[in-house]
Formats: sequence, C-alpha cells, structure tokens
Amino acid sequence: MTHTPSLLQLSSVSKQFGGLSALSDVSLHIRRGEIYGLIGPNGAGKTTLFNVITGLYQPSAGEFQFNGTHYQTAKPHVLAQAGIARTFQNIRLFANLTALENVMIGRHVRTRAGVFGALLRNRATRDEEHAIAERARKLLHYVGISKPAQTLAKHLSYGEQRRLEIARALATDPQLLALDEPAAGMNATETASLKKLLKTIRDGGITVLLIEHDVKLIMGLCDRVAVLDYGKKIAEDVPEGVRKDPAVIAAYLGGGDD
Amino acid sequence: MEIFLQQIINGLVQGSVYALVALGYTMVYGILGLINFAHGEVVMIGAMLALSALTSLLGMGAPPALALLLSIGLAMLGCMVLGYSIERIAYRPLRHAPRLAPLITAIGVSIVLQNLAMMIWGREYHSFPQMIANHSHTFGGAIINDIQIIVFVLALAIMAGLMVVVHRTRLGRAMRAVAENQHAAQLMGVDINRVISITFMLGSALAAVAGMMISASYGLAHYYMGFLLGLKAFTAAVLGGIGNLRGAMLGGLLLGLIESLGAGYIGDFTGGFFGSNYQDVFAFFVLIIVLVFRPSGLLGERLAERA
Repeated sequence: MTHTPSLLQLSSVSKQFGGLSALSDVSLHIRRGEIYGLIGPNGAGKTTLFNVITGLYQPSAGEFQFNGTHYQTAKPHVLAQAGIARTFQNIRLFANLTALENVMIGRHVRTRAGVFGALLRNRATRDEEHAIAERARKLLHYVGISKPAQTLAKHLSYGEQRRLEIARALATDPQLLALDEPAAGMNATETASLKKLLKTIRDGGITVLLIEHDVKLIMGLCDRVAVLDYGKKIAEDVPEGVRKDPAVIAAYLGGGDD
Repeated sequence: MEIFLQQIINGLVQGSVYALVALGYTMVYGILGLINFAHGEVVMIGAMLALSALTSLLGMGAPPALALLLSIGLAMLGCMVLGYSIERIAYRPLRHAPRLAPLITAIGVSIVLQNLAMMIWGREYHSFPQMIANHSHTFGGAIINDIQIIVFVLALAIMAGLMVVVHRTRLGRAMRAVAENQHAAQLMGVDINRVISITFMLGSALAAVAGMMISASYGLAHYYMGFLLGLKAFTAAVLGGIGNLRGAMLGGLLLGLIESLGAGYIGDFTGGFFGSNYQDVFAFFVLIIVLVFRPSGLLGERLAERA
C-alpha cells in the first residue's frame, strides 16, 4: 500500500447499537491542513462518527487510520496522545475548575510528571508546571478569552465556554481538531469571530474537522464537505459540488438553497 | 471549664484522626461515586501491619525512632498495595454495574479483610509498645500528652500536604477532572484507571497513618477496630459533605468534638442516667440528623449537582 497524504482515513466503518445502524460502511479521508466539514440531518450519525474517531465508541466493523497508524480499538487517552482532540456538542468543561486549569488539563497528555514528582515537588516538576501554566495562558489569549484566568469555567459566558473548550482541545497539541457544532447557540457576531478563529487555527497547521448545522458557516469555511444521511455517506466534495449534488439536495437541503 | 477545655483537646485529636480516614472515603466517592465500606478495614490492617513491624524491629534492637519510621512506611506501603488490589479486584469489574452491586461488594471485602486479619493476628488485643516516655503537659488546667500533640500536628500536616497535591499539582488536577467528567478527562489524555488507582492508594496511605495513630493513642490494636472507626469516619465525611475534601476535614474535627463534648456532659444533662459509655451513639445521632436535614452535608454541593 502506498503512503497516503491523508491525516485521517476511515475504511468502511460501521457502528451498530443493538439493531440500529448508526453508521454503515462509511469511508472518507481528511487531508492534512484542510478544514473538513461534516453535515447531515439530525440523527445522520455525525456525532457517532466523532465518538468512533476519538475512541469513545468502538466501531462494529471497519477501522480507521490516523497519521499512518491503524486503529480499531483504542482508548480515548491513547488517541489524544496520537493527536486527535475534540470538543462536544453540549459543552463538557470541568465546571468547577478555573479557566486556566481547564486548559492546563489539556497539557496532561504532553507532560509526564508522575506521582512522586507531584509529592516531592522537585525542580523539574515545578518548572514543568510553570511552563504548562504559561502555555495555557497563551492559549486563553489565543482563543480570545479576556476574563481573568482564575474565573471558574462555569462563570464564563456561553460563547467563552465554547472558546475555552477549543483552547483546552488545542492544549493537547492536536494534529486533528474535531469540533462538534461549535457555533450552536452563538449569535452572528460570535459565529463570525469563531470563523476567524478556525481559520487562524488551520493556518497554524492544524487540520480541522467540523460538524455543523449552520450550512452557511460550513460552505464559507470548509475546503471539502461530506454529507451523511441515515448513517451513510451520500456525498463528499468541495462545497460548490456538494451544493449541486442531487442526492444531497434531495436528502438534506430539501431542494432549497439554504 | 477545665473539663470543657480537656474535652475540646481530646475531641480535636480524635477528630483529626477521623478526618484522615474520612478523606479516604470522600476522595473515592468524589471520583467514583462509590462508598468504599472496606476503608475502615484498611485502617485496621494499617494498624496491625505497623504494630507487627514495630514489635519485630524493636525485637531486633533497632533504635525506636528508626523502628517507628520504618514501620509507618511499611504500613503505608502495605495499605497502598491493599487499596490498589481492592479497587482492581473488587470494584473495577463492577464500574458500570448498578450502584448497589459495588456497595454490596464493599461490605463483602470488608468482611473478608476482617476475617483475614483475625486469621493472621488472632482475636486478642495487641498492645502498642511503649517506646518513648509519653510526657503530659498542663495547658490551662487541661492535660495534653506527647502522643496527642504528635497525632494532631502530623494529621494537620498530612491534610495540608494533600490539599497541595490536589489543588496545585498535575496529578491533583487530573483527579479533579476525572471527578467532574470522566469522558472529557479521557479525551484530554488522562488515563482514568491510573488516576482511580492512585486515588485508592493515596486514601489507603492516609488510612495506614490513621491506624497507627489510633493504636498509638489507645495503646491497642484489634482485628475488629476498623468497623466502628470506619462507620464514624464515614459519618464525618457525610457531615462535611461527601465528595468534598475540606468537608471531610471539617466533618472529622467536628465529629470528634461532638463525641468528646457529648461524652463529657451527657452524665450531667441526664442526671447520671446515661454515662460516657454512650459516646458512640453521638456519631450516629449526627448521621441521622444530617441525612434528614442536610443530606448534602455542611460544605457539600457536589451531591446536589450529581443528583
């Protein structure tokens, strides 16, 4: 097999829950450095696909390849180590940790101080902690959170919580950043600045996988788009191609031009 | 007034030991939502291990201070292995089972450990060797001895150390993250099984120290000592708000004070009808009151969030 330029490649991935088939035979590949959109009606299997590639679900069949390594059954912390980071559709921050601590947790995967380091607080541990905090502060600034770093996550505004989740994901130094409906519940201004942030992240060399309901955002931002319907991939193309695809129009856009 | 001060001192010392044990309950509950009823037995095993090690080390002619340090280290190590094994064997396979299953398993583990201890150490009381002269000091009319001072200061130092670990280190941050959301913590690269194992080991190490303190202050250890102590420390954890570390410390100290003051004055209040042998009743009276009027405990909010 020749080496593919893809960062992530899914080969015939299926996921069944009892008799229900949430994903059937989905294959797709995401190229390094692109923003890849995933759209589809509610229940099309988008979030299931996310859960498979981040290790929360094991696929019933098929496998995926990330950065040249095959994965079928891998724990989430292993995939995080491999370079996949994600955010959730419903925000899942550590509500009672500070904004800074939330981001610092993201550095967990890239640092190593063990139990004894923690107990003895030696020089190396303190230096590492200091570096982690410094990096976390920069990330907070990078995603545009202006509130004090010691604010508890639950006291941030909705838009800021979304940004904090992105900062936390970025702290793991991902190669692939997977965002599950990051614009959900955002107003037009917030969405516009999110769009800018995602472009900055991509230009910084991180590949972005984006699930979104906001078709306008997807079309204006993504390099390529895949469409899922009833667990099957029905199209994969550049945004203009998808927009004109008859199967997509029938299944999803309902003939309109949203 | 002297009696009052004396009971306050006794209560604080006893309470600081309850607090150490209560921390073990509360750390595990905070992370797993599981009440580890075997924790009291870990305290007992810690006391027994320390005592055995101490007796044989002294028998070999080791200097008392060294023997004491070595035996406390051995007891901590032994309890950490025990705590790790309990979680690995009895709780991890039931992680996704209904909540009643691990609770019953916990009671089972506790019975197993008790009987194991009875087989190894027998049914008799083991006395704590008298190694150092236990001086008494008078303090405003009340008496406090060296062992009490050491127990109290050491307990406070350990609690302070634990707070630093939990709030200021990478490990502590991982523990708090796992407690809040296991899925999200995993996605940040936190190996939750490792964090859970470490939590059990930390709690068990505290239990070993507590066991040593109790046998040193009463001068005795017994295979059955963990049962009542475990229940009282659990009460302390509930009183403070289970799952909350500061709550466990506060609850432990408060429970020690309530018990001690209750035992000191119950005779006066009931005209001698009840005596200080009713001391143990107070803890469970407190448990009932808390569960009825403030089930989330004094500092607890986590419970309300979970429910």
